[in-house]
Amino acid sequence: MQPINEFSGIVCPLNRPNIDTDQIIPKQFLKRIERQGFGQFVFYHWRFDDDGNKREDFVMNKTQYKNAEVLVAGENFGCGSSREHAPWALLDYGFRVIIASSYADIFYNNSVKNGILAVKLTEEEVATIMERSKEEGYSIHVNLEEQSVKDDKGFTANFDIDPYWKKMLLNGWDEISVTLTDEDHIRKYEEKMYGKQYS
Amino acid sequence: MTKKTVIEKIWENHVVNREEGKPDLLYIDLHLVHEVTSPQAFEGLRMNGRRVRRPDLTYATMDHNVPTINRHIINDPVSKTQIQTLEQNCREFGIELADIDHPDQGIVHVIGPQLGLTQPGKTIVCGDSHTSTHGAFGALSFGIGTSEVEHVLATQTLWQQRPKTLQIKVNGKLGFGVTAKDIILAIIAKFGVNAGTGYVMEYTGEAIRNLSMEERMTICNMSIEAGARAGLVSPDETTVEFLRGRRYAPQGEEFEEAAARWLALATDEGAEYDKTLEIDAAEIEPQVTWGTNPSMGSGISGSVPSPDQFNREADKESVRLALEYMGLEAGTKLSDIPVDFVFIGSCTNSRISDLRAAAEVAKGRKVKDHVTAIVVPGSQTVKQQAEAEGLDKVFIEAGFQWRESGCSMCLAMNDDIVPPGKRCASTSNRNFEGRQGNGARTHLVSPSMAAAAAVTGQFTDVRELSSVNQ
Repeated sequence: MQPINEFSGIVCPLNRPNIDTDQIIPKQFLKRIERQGFGQFVFYHWRFDDDGNKREDFVMNKTQYKNAEVLVAGENFGCGSSREHAPWALLDYGFRVIIASSYADIFYNNSVKNGILAVKLTEEEVATIMERSKEEGYSIHVNLEEQSVKDDKGFTANFDIDPYWKKMLLNGWDEISVTLTDEDHIRKYEEKMYGKQYS
Repeated sequence: MTKKTVIEKIWENHVVNREEGKPDLLYIDLHLVHEVTSPQAFEGLRMNGRRVRRPDLTYATMDHNVPTINRHIINDPVSKTQIQTLEQNCREFGIELADIDHPDQGIVHVIGPQLGLTQPGKTIVCGDSHTSTHGAFGALSFGIGTSEVEHVLATQTLWQQRPKTLQIKVNGKLGFGVTAKDIILAIIAKFGVNAGTGYVMEYTGEAIRNLSMEERMTICNMSIEAGARAGLVSPDETTVEFLRGRRYAPQGEEFEEAAARWLALATDEGAEYDKTLEIDAAEIEPQVTWGTNPSMGSGISGSVPSPDQFNREADKESVRLALEYMGLEAGTKLSDIPVDFVFIGSCTNSRISDLRAAAEVAKGRKVKDHVTAIVVPGSQTVKQQAEAEGLDKVFIEAGFQWRESGCSMCLAMNDDIVPPGKRCASTSNRNFEGRQGNGARTHLVSPSMAAAAAVTGQFTDVRELSSVNQ
């Protein structure tokens, strides 16, 4: 995955709680066997009507959010299905940072593993960003090392992130390679529990 | 000795490595694989020249895409590719596969328990959020994404943050005509879709102890709809008896030894949880959801609420959007809502006891003319057993369609789709927008409530139907 530390981008507000992964990427698009190319289908039924025409009133379709790279959304973002196609689609569409007050556990893990920075702020802080992002060109600056979010109008907030995931994101490490450096522990466990070596 | 929950006991047994500032590295005892969330993981292995570390702990089937009629004719070429890809991957990496022709084929969360692969004390994962189902056996089982699928294939381990523990205590006895599905829907309606986020849940209390294994599976299955990746029931004699004689369970003397180990995993008397929520079984009625997430529901005697009844602005707005999507007016009695489709199936409610419950309601009645009703058994084994009991005939005579096993209309990845604007009484687990088809309107119910909706053409309190009431 791509490492991430400092990131600035235009913010697109999606003011709904409990946005589930069926909305982020509907099931008819889960049949591909690649990781790429899902961005065109992100929020498909919110972005397009039944005939495939753009819904002009949907926030992501408005010109001012065309180049948005930060998505701010309501609480419990990414609930439901474990489909990693959801972060693949968000990333492929161009979102590198998500801001919400809470995330579903599986979605959060899936995001981290794809180099998406899912920032947890308080409900009040999310509401502030949501409100300010109505203004054209509103962007925020995220710094993972500092664990901070700032805008150009004096908004500043800090967020918590597990130190392990932080390190993975900052370095863009391949997790399997990291784990395999721990293979001795795995071997010992297998010998103890299964009485056998598997590698 | 410290008193521990079943969750803590299983966790401790699986820690491969623990270091300051890192999650625990946990060993995985069983990895279930299906066609939708695995192709990119196998591709990742190939790209890096990696192998599957424990093919002997990995088991695959195809369920999400498979047709439930003419199952060998997969019209969608992309679905077909996905199924063929799983066949190739299992061959290449030496993984046992119950393919479309296999007598063990079925929904992954139905066949694991049925084959005895699912056992107390195991850590079980699958690239599917309803992996929580296996928690019914006192196994720590949870859904993972495709990157984690690849990680487990390559290392048989996962990095996991130690979860907080949440006890959901269901006190007292269930009323007549109220099922396990109603318990879990009532729990989610009461505590919300993120009550369990960051927790592993354990279901306790008299009402849970009295449930069969299949009923416990229905409850644990929907733990994820309350936000918890995993939900467990402590193993007891019911668990042991269910597993006795199953193909992949230990046999003979080994079984007795295993059973003793399993029973010892149960939560110690007096063990503490990070949080406890309680609900009284006697207050639970047969449930029907009216909205677009599983917490938007109530007992059948209730009505569709108004957005104004909610306090927070965000809730008012999501209820308003839900009613708009569902085509419902606030104040409408749930028992006045007509249905167009009925789906009996899914990893929540497609086991033999679910089909028996639905058949009992369907017997001697007719599906209303305007209703399309389908029954999709959870596995080929369930299908055969139902046919041996004559349930297929009961359903067919009543006007239901009797199908082959798979995930089917729960998520409509195959051809079983609810058309736009149509309303479906469904025994599945998610009523999200578009889940059963673009524009489809899903109401979650138990199998007997679904059958009652099919034969009356609208949501009906199953307790009021005469033959059930005798």
